[in-house]
Formats: sequence, C-alpha cells, structure tokens
Amino acid sequence: MKTNSNLEKVLAAGHLAVTAECGPPRGAMPDKVRERAAFLEGVCDAVNVTDNQTAMVRMSSLSASVIIKQAGFGLNPLLQMVSRDRNRLSMQADILGAYSLGIDTMLCLSGDHTKFGDHPNAMNVHDLDSIQMLQMVKGMRDEGKFQGGQDIKGDPPKMFIGAAANPFAGPNVQVRAMRLAKKVRAGADFIQTQCIFNVDKFEQWMEIVRKMGLHKQTAILAGVTPIKSVGAARYMQKKVPGMDVPQEIVDRMAATPKEKQPEEGIKICVEMMERIKKIEGVSGFHIMAIEWEEKVAEICEKAGLLPRPQL
Amino acid sequence: MITAERKPLEELLGYIAPYSRILLLGCNECVTVCAAGGRKEVGLLASALKMAARKSGKELQIVEHTLERQCDPEYVEEVASMVAQADAVVSMACGCGVQQMAMRYAKPVFPALNTKFMGGSERQGVWDERCAGCGNCLLGVTGGICPIARCAKRLMNGPCGGSANGVCEITPDVPCAWHLIWERLEELGQTEDYLEIIPAKDWKTAQGGGPRKIIREDLAE
Ligand code: SF4
Ligand code: SF4
Repeated sequence: MKTNSNLEKVLAAGHLAVTAECGPPRGAMPDKVRERAAFLEGVCDAVNVTDNQTAMVRMSSLSASVIIKQAGFGLNPLLQMVSRDRNRLSMQADILGAYSLGIDTMLCLSGDHTKFGDHPNAMNVHDLDSIQMLQMVKGMRDEGKFQGGQDIKGDPPKMFIGAAANPFAGPNVQVRAMRLAKKVRAGADFIQTQCIFNVDKFEQWMEIVRKMGLHKQTAILAGVTPIKSVGAARYMQKKVPGMDVPQEIVDRMAATPKEKQPEEGIKICVEMMERIKKIEGVSGFHIMAIEWEEKVAEICEKAGLLPRPQL
Repeated sequence: MITAERKPLEELLGYIAPYSRILLLGCNECVTVCAAGGRKEVGLLASALKMAARKSGKELQIVEHTLERQCDPEYVEEVASMVAQADAVVSMACGCGVQQMAMRYAKPVFPALNTKFMGGSERQGVWDERCAGCGNCLLGVTGGICPIARCAKRLMNGPCGGSANGVCEITPDVPCAWHLIWERLEELGQTEDYLEIIPAKDWKTAQGGGPRKIIREDLAE
C-alpha cells in the first residue's frame, strides 16, 4: 500500500470502487456541505470535493473536505485540485495542509477555463499542467521532496493520486489513450473518466488502453451521470465541449413525459453501468450527480454496488 | 512581429485634452505591418483627432512623423527638436517604442495603441498569437506549434478534455493548439514523441524571473 486511502484499500481488495461528487456551496455555509454529504453516507468509498468547479467561486475544496471528514458520516474526502487557480507553491502548501488534516486522496486537474465562470477577468495560473502536477504530488509522496528539489520535513504527505481522462475529446481516441499513458507514467494511481454516455466509444478507448497495458498500472473508474431532463441531455450534447451524448439518449428522454424524466435518466444511467461493468479493465465507477446527490444511493443500489466494503 | 490595435478615439482625446501642440509619432516596423501605427495610420489619426477637437471648438496643432524604429535610442534622438516644439507626444508605436520616448524626453507621452501579442499573419488582415516569449523555446519538441502561447491553458502535455472538432473549448474561433501539434507530429511521423512528458517549466526565463535583459558582451558598449 502506498497510502492509507480507503479508495486504495477498496481497489487493492479487488472490489469495484465507487466515488461520488459533492460540490461545495457558493457561500460560507458549512451546514450545506454536511447536508449534501449526508446523502453519500455509506454509498461511496471516497467523495470528490470539487475545486471552484466550472470556474465559479465556491467554498474551497480543502475546507469542504475537512468539514466532510469531521461531519462523522465516515466519509473519505477526495480533494480535487485545479492548476488554474494556484501555482506550485500554493498547491504544495495545500497538500501539506490537507494531509495534516487527514486527507489522503486527491485528484489533479487543469480545470475549466476562467472564461466559463463568474470571474472571466481573472488570470489563469497554469504554472504546472495536470501531468506535471501528478509528477509533483508523486515526488512529494515517494521521494519526500518538494517540486523545487528540497526535502520535505517529517513524514511525506502520502496521497493516493488521481487524474481525469476524457475518452471522447479530440483529436481522436488514440491520442486520448496516449494522454492516459502520460498520466499513468506521471503518477496517476487511479483515473476518473469524463461522464460516459457513448459506451461504444468508451469501449474503443478501453481496447487501446488494454493494449497499452494501462488498466494494470492504474485503476480506471468510469464516470457516469444521471440525466435529470431532456433539457439537460440537450445541453450536455450541444454546449459542453468534449462531451459525447448520443442522439438516442436525447430521443429517449424526449419521448418520456416530463415528470417521468428524472426516473428515466436514472434508469439509463444504471443500464449503462451494467454494460460498463462487463468491460475488462474497469475498476469502478465515479458518479457525478451534480446537485442531485440524494440519488447516488438509489443508483448504487440499483447497480448492485451496495453495501460498500468496510476495510 | 509585435501586433497592436488603435485605442478608441475618446480615450486619446481624453489624454490630450490639456494640450494643443501634439507630436504624433508612428513607427515603421511591426505596427506598420499590422496596419496599426505606420505612416498611413499616423495620417488618419491626425485628421480624426483634429476633426474631433474642432467639433468641440479646439484647434489642435499636430505634427506628424514616423520613425524608422521607435524602440531604438538612435532613431528616437532624431525627433528632439520636434518634441521641443510640442506639449505632448502621442506615440503610435508598440509599448516598447512608447517607453523609449518616455525615457528620453521630459514630456508627456501617451500610447495611441494597445499592444497585443507576438504573432504572425494568418491571412490578409488577420493576425494571431504565436509566441509568448517564454525564454526557452519548446517548438523543437512540439512539432513547431507553441503550446504556451496557443493553448488557452498553457498545457505542455495536452490536449485537455475540452478539445473537440479541432477547436479550443474557449471558443470555436481558436484552433486547439494540441490538435495542431498532433497533426504536425503525424505529418512528420513523430507521434511517439507525444508520449514524452514535458516537465514542469522553469518560468524564470519567462516573466517569473522579473524583467529580463539580454547582454551581448561582444556587442555591448
Ligand atoms: S515555446 Fe516559448 S519561445 Fe517558443 S514559441 Fe512558445 S512562448 Fe515562444
Ligand atoms: S482545447 Fe486545446 S488549446 Fe484549448 S485549452 Fe484545451 S488543449 Fe489547450
């Protein structure tokens, strides 16, 4: 074991892992964090706590992670960190702080461009990219060294390190698999993918991933999202760059009466999970039920992922 | 080259409001090529300023002149007598030229242009950003396409998950730099090179190290 991360233990024991997402509020509202996190109690192995998601200011990922950790639900926060908002000094300082506060799992991301958020006038930092960030966190853990080369005093921060992958983005599926290879080489212990709606395309990507042997070097958690309405499906299909929502899903939602759409969205999600489970090399699921955390338990139940192993 | 665009007339009128004798100074280098601050643009701006001033009942005296290079002390020296006759200078050079004038003469110097970026011409009348002057060029390992100036997130190991249909996630008007890099690597038969991780950049050679200077011992006086 490289770390004390619960996610690492679950994966090492050979279980299909489950992670879920929890977005911090846009205000100093610790109760709101606890309220949302409470829905995830007992249903996931780690909770992704997003970092200024979609480039909108929110309570910091680190603070919300600590609130979740201390809330007494037995949840394991997974600290997300984007390179958009911090330079390498600030990232390493936060990693030391996070580890000191009991956080042992994190996700290295570049982050959405500020253009999409509520501070389009801000400068994007990007001192490191997500791959260089992985190298840094791994170096801190395995060599006990700061990125600048000096020794970290005391115990090194032992983070179980994750990265994102988008099998559906450009230029093509081959490059997307090669980019995964770089992330694995840089230090990604686990991968959470972009929301999968096009399972065929995901299978193509996994085939290349398996050929490269990457599924043996990192744990791939398939990203899934329940769609709430036909409007949401159309929005993701048309407006979110790098998202691949097949027309048949939009049509299926459109053919469902409005009040039944949330239920149908969950049904589609569970059906896809059943298909994805059969793909060799998938180690678990990352469920992104944005502002819909209360449905994660139902999804896990229907997908046969409960109860979660207690290790 | 360095690209620039003219500032709005109102902003310039605001700067020169207290003055009536203006030296309007163009530059014959980059800003001439990108049609922002050469001889022709000096003429156009001079007429526009005079006309706008006249409308508000003010008579502006504008001396028009264009230097070979406004970022060079030698050329800037040439206009000493013109500056002496003026209340203020409006420079149509890039920010480098404006400062050369400001450092040399004890007169107010106002920029007439917004200096934009180091770029090249995509086609007639269109320029795009190509280089951010990072001080340690990566083009040799990125297929000749710059990920620092042309990727919206300065990703050195891209493409990010927002790259789709060849364009950047920020807008369909900007090509995805990493899409271009991949196409070039394919063209050159070097796709395996993409697997090499480009390590964390040393930004000391860029702006991270403070204002930069080049000293050529063999040439420096
Ligand atoms: S790598 Fe640096 S020097 Fe080379 S083109 Fe890009 S910004 Fe300019
Ligand atoms: S889409 Fe391409 S150019 Fe735009 S930020 Fe992503 S990698 Fe960079």
